[in-house]
Amino acid sequence: MKLYNKTIHDLHEDLKEGRVSSTRITEDVFQRIDDVDDQVRAYLTLTRESAMESADEADERYRKGDFLGQLDGIPMAVKDIFMTDGVKTTCGSKILENFIAPYDGTVVAKVKDSGAVITGKVNMDEFAMGSSNENSGFFPTHNPWNTDMVPGGSSGGSASSVAAGEAICALGTDTGGSIRQPASHCGVVGMKPTYGRVSRYGVIAFASSLDQVGPLTRDVRDCAILLKAIAGHDPADSTSAKIPVPDYPSLLTGDVEGMRVGLPEEYFGEGLDPEVEELVRAAVTILEKRGMKPVPISLPSTRYAVATYYIIAPAEASSNLARYDGVRYGVRYPEAKGLMEMYKKTRSQGFGVEVQRRIMLGTFALSAGYYDAYYGKAQRVRTMIRREMDEAFSKVDVLLAPTAPTAAFPIGDRVDDPLRMYLSDVFTIPVNIAGVAGISVPCGLSSEGLPVGVQLIGPSFKEETLLNVAYAYEQERGEFPECPL
Amino acid sequence: MKITPELVEHVANLARLELSGEEKERMEDQLGKILEYIGLLDELDISDVPPTSHVIDVHNVFREDEVKESLPVGKGLANAPERAGTAFKVPRIIEG
Repeated sequence: MKLYNKTIHDLHEDLKEGRVSSTRITEDVFQRIDDVDDQVRAYLTLTRESAMESADEADERYRKGDFLGQLDGIPMAVKDIFMTDGVKTTCGSKILENFIAPYDGTVVAKVKDSGAVITGKVNMDEFAMGSSNENSGFFPTHNPWNTDMVPGGSSGGSASSVAAGEAICALGTDTGGSIRQPASHCGVVGMKPTYGRVSRYGVIAFASSLDQVGPLTRDVRDCAILLKAIAGHDPADSTSAKIPVPDYPSLLTGDVEGMRVGLPEEYFGEGLDPEVEELVRAAVTILEKRGMKPVPISLPSTRYAVATYYIIAPAEASSNLARYDGVRYGVRYPEAKGLMEMYKKTRSQGFGVEVQRRIMLGTFALSAGYYDAYYGKAQRVRTMIRREMDEAFSKVDVLLAPTAPTAAFPIGDRVDDPLRMYLSDVFTIPVNIAGVAGISVPCGLSSEGLPVGVQLIGPSFKEETLLNVAYAYEQERGEFPECPL
Repeated sequence: MKITPELVEHVANLARLELSGEEKERMEDQLGKILEYIGLLDELDISDVPPTSHVIDVHNVFREDEVKESLPVGKGLANAPERAGTAFKVPRIIEG
């Protein structure tokens, strides 16, 4: 197997035994980027020079036998939403096209402290608003399984870089499905941890009550390794939880005998591609072989989740994005005569169409006369969705559902129909609204040869359970086909 | 909820956005469709349900008021579109 296609844990063994160097792995990954990125277009910025230096330092530690852990010397791609000291950080937006981050966000600092080798910054939908990467202010990323297809979004660059061998693992963020949906479309593992599990300090804000950082990896063990490295309380983010971080990798036993898996009927209804349904239902059978008991569950509020989300997320975004005013950073419209003209021209020319649409929607939902009917109501429905989810977890250990209603769709297919694009996230959004954890694991290929993911959803701060069920599934499923690119 | 051209204009002004005529028309159409979909929530009786603004219950997170290093002025100003000495420079605010 090519080095660039190996897992973190396999490469770590190779590094520990001196069979390979981090320098060699990193060179191999950059060679792969040189070979295929003109087709995939996952990267916005490459940090080749600093990566080779980090790899060299990792090799020195392995030589001395004092490596920092399993991530030491592993090439990793970082979504361009993460502040990365001294590196261009655009959030996929023209308005930040020249922005050089003045510090490392907590998660970036943590992976650097774990010895990870950062290969560069990867593409995304502008300000993480999108499900296809077509809303990037620069260019769309392509799905490595079929380059006519979208990779999903908004962490499309993260998912496609891992799928294509342009990174061993990647960091993403998930506000309404932005890790899990592209993971599903690109045939990789992607997890949205519980809200508060990972610090958001230095993550460019989209919707602060929903945003969460998570890993995109080749398998579940790698996901556990990367989650362990990034999770934990951070004094710089008061919404990060003061709850100890379990040693996720060592808790992967694959023993799920007697555990209950809930099948929410609302996730298997209208709009679900029959082929996807078949593959997802086959995953239930696989878990049954491991001794898990399927339990029918009903979550009637599911049908209100997308509507609720498209009030709350744009409302929070409209407030968060008020900071892009052309004063302190970012691009400024140069010829404005007064302050108001500067604000308006800067923002209208700097933001793309989807971002402006969401700012409009959010500003409307918060505006005088409409606040109670929209934002206030959405917050109440959010409570209903949370309560239902909590109640479900008193009956079952995890829920199982499709990650996305279809496999990856063709580039250009949904750009003119925002509502249809929004419905791509119908199965992932409830997880963010409730604040619980979700993971997408590849469960098969469609007849067109495109990957499909199964989603497992678990209660707050029980990522170890979720990972263990995903691990048991993956063991029983066996090897997933390699991306043909 | 009917979206009118006046409402689009009003909200765009609140959001400090400047839309062209064509953009306004498209916004009117698309916001209208999205809000129509959101109208789904009207079928719920939620009068007794309390709102959730945050999923984790944290209030007033206090810490000791310690003096720490902050971002150096030079780094803080490095991304400014225009600066004057140690300040951000903006177009004239007070007309006159």
